[in-house]
Amino acid sequence: MKALIAAPLLFFRLFYQSVYLSLGQIWANKTRSVLTTLGIVIGVASVTAVIAALSGLKAKILTQVETLGSNTIFVQPRRPDTGPLQHAPWWSIRFLPEQFDGMLEHCPSVKRFGRQTWVGQYTVSHRERSMENVMVRGIEPDSQKIEIRPVTIGRPLSVIDEMQVRQVCLIDPKLRNELRLDRDCIGQPILIGYHTFYIIGVIEPRPESLFGGGNQETSEIFIPFKTSFKLRQYLYIGVLAESKTAEVSEDARAEITFFLRRTRNIKPGEPDTFEVLSLKNILDIFNKIATIVTMVAGGIVGISLLVGGVGIMNIMLVSVSERTREIGLRKAVGAKKTAILTQFLIESVVLCFVGGLVGVGLGQLLTMGIANIPKVEMDMAYIPWWAIVISFGFAGTVGIFFGMFPAIKAARLDPIEALRHE
Amino acid sequence: MPTIEAEADKPVFQPQAGKPVIRLRDVRRVYKVGVERIHALDGISLDLYENEYVAVMGASGSGKSTLMNVLGCLDRATSGYYELDGQDTTRMSDASLARIRNERIGFVFQSFELLGQFSALMNVEMPLIYSRNGWWSRRKRAKNVLEKVGLGDRIKHKPNQLSGGEKQRVAIARALICEPSIVLADEPTGNLDSKTSEDIMALFDQLHREGQTIILVTHEESVACHARRIIRMKDGRVYSDLPTAQDPTLGSFTQEAVREDQP
Repeated sequence: MKALIAAPLLFFRLFYQSVYLSLGQIWANKTRSVLTTLGIVIGVASVTAVIAALSGLKAKILTQVETLGSNTIFVQPRRPDTGPLQHAPWWSIRFLPEQFDGMLEHCPSVKRFGRQTWVGQYTVSHRERSMENVMVRGIEPDSQKIEIRPVTIGRPLSVIDEMQVRQVCLIDPKLRNELRLDRDCIGQPILIGYHTFYIIGVIEPRPESLFGGGNQETSEIFIPFKTSFKLRQYLYIGVLAESKTAEVSEDARAEITFFLRRTRNIKPGEPDTFEVLSLKNILDIFNKIATIVTMVAGGIVGISLLVGGVGIMNIMLVSVSERTREIGLRKAVGAKKTAILTQFLIESVVLCFVGGLVGVGLGQLLTMGIANIPKVEMDMAYIPWWAIVISFGFAGTVGIFFGMFPAIKAARLDPIEALRHE
Repeated sequence: MPTIEAEADKPVFQPQAGKPVIRLRDVRRVYKVGVERIHALDGISLDLYENEYVAVMGASGSGKSTLMNVLGCLDRATSGYYELDGQDTTRMSDASLARIRNERIGFVFQSFELLGQFSALMNVEMPLIYSRNGWWSRRKRAKNVLEKVGLGDRIKHKPNQLSGGEKQRVAIARALICEPSIVLADEPTGNLDSKTSEDIMALFDQLHREGQTIILVTHEESVACHARRIIRMKDGRVYSDLPTAQDPTLGSFTQEAVREDQP
């Protein structure tokens, strides 16, 4: 029983003593330690920064999912990976509005869908004031319901607007301020290009987005889907759909695919010329990209840790050889092999941990730097706690792995030879 | 220089008195250099008793350093029997030998072997770090021992702030801290001037009076004459093992010294 308590206590003593000694050694050889741990510092800093960037991106996408609703399905043209249409011009595979007629009846899992057009950027003016590069989008009322964009003043676009092809529009507050319109600007006419539109409502500004080019610098105007063909005859069309529940979202995708293959006259065996993505698919794609980025970054970090580890090993070998007499003395006064081994092993691990600590600090600085780069959508970058654990784990492993050889060398020294060493 | 008083203090050499601390029986140590075999120790049998004060002398290459290493459990005898404090050390594992060195043996080296980055106190308490029981009391014990060797006011000094004699005193304190059965001093005055050497030897004399068993390895007659028994070695063998007074060289030397002191 006494031995059971004594053994861990002895080890703890040894551990404490070794940590104390190694910190003393590191402090005594400051420059050398800094240069030695540089590899570890860079390795750990880059791994934490990469993880921070990826988790920031993921957090961003997840918040986006929340604003879009998790049942949302995106339908857009896509060139197939194989076949003759591989290099087809985008224009030839564009959606036509009539390809979606009757989709709700044929797709029971789809709750609603809305077509959208990207009309392009126009100069919008009201009396003397004008604003350039305003994004004009044509939307069906349903797509506005899928993409949660509340109307703060006035009313949303309605089916009547759609049917009568009215020249009405929703504007965002930024455009309203730029044109010096009244706060309640309902009914005011504005010019989009050479067409007069009447404002029916003010829509909330788009939340920062990764999809659909949500650029905070430009303003947006929404007009009825059919009206957008008045501005331009030929337009690219995208579709937002919503499945009835999250469970049937895969069914909805399959139904939409089947329906579109029929309306777009794709023969059996030919590849799809469009893609149907649920948010889950998009997250999957992101995760795939994130994995690849992590692996590439991991490779680079691995190399840097390897180089850092070799540096550690080198300096530990130097340390062992210049402290040979000390090792001899310690053995002479009764240090066992394990004690010497532990001392040097812990010294290298502590060196690596110090490197890891500095590295995490540097990684935090890098993350803050990334987060503050404008227009990169990285402002949510943060270092998750497990990244710190991983970094320290790696640093410790490198310390043990590369410190083992010098430590064994030290432990195996013959005390007589060591004491005679010059 | 020994005085009449010191001479008077010397107990009569009695090999049979007390129990033996060290028993060596036909100990051999053979080094292999290429195909050659060098007999550094060629059948040594010795008995050392408690509170003995022994000087091992001999020319370089006589095997006295090897004997020292074997006695200090730093090296193993190739053959023969070595018993320390009634324990047979010949078949012990490395770890047990380390423990023996820690608890039973105090080393004093010619070049002090103090760790430069630590204070005198931490240098002295170092063996207790590796000991089984002394860890918690190490600071107190180190302080006590430093006071005993007369360095109570140099506790916080680092080795480079100490003189040679003080360094050797720290080293002696380090050897004493585990209360060893034997103190092994390898040329303890080799790096010191004659005045400081005398001080250090006086310290050894004092330790001996307090009951410490001391083994000195030296080739200086003036150091050896402090001991009560002198073992002379040649070619790995003991060729003379006599009390200091009867020693062929030193006996006359001390007698001469005594005669010179007398008017």
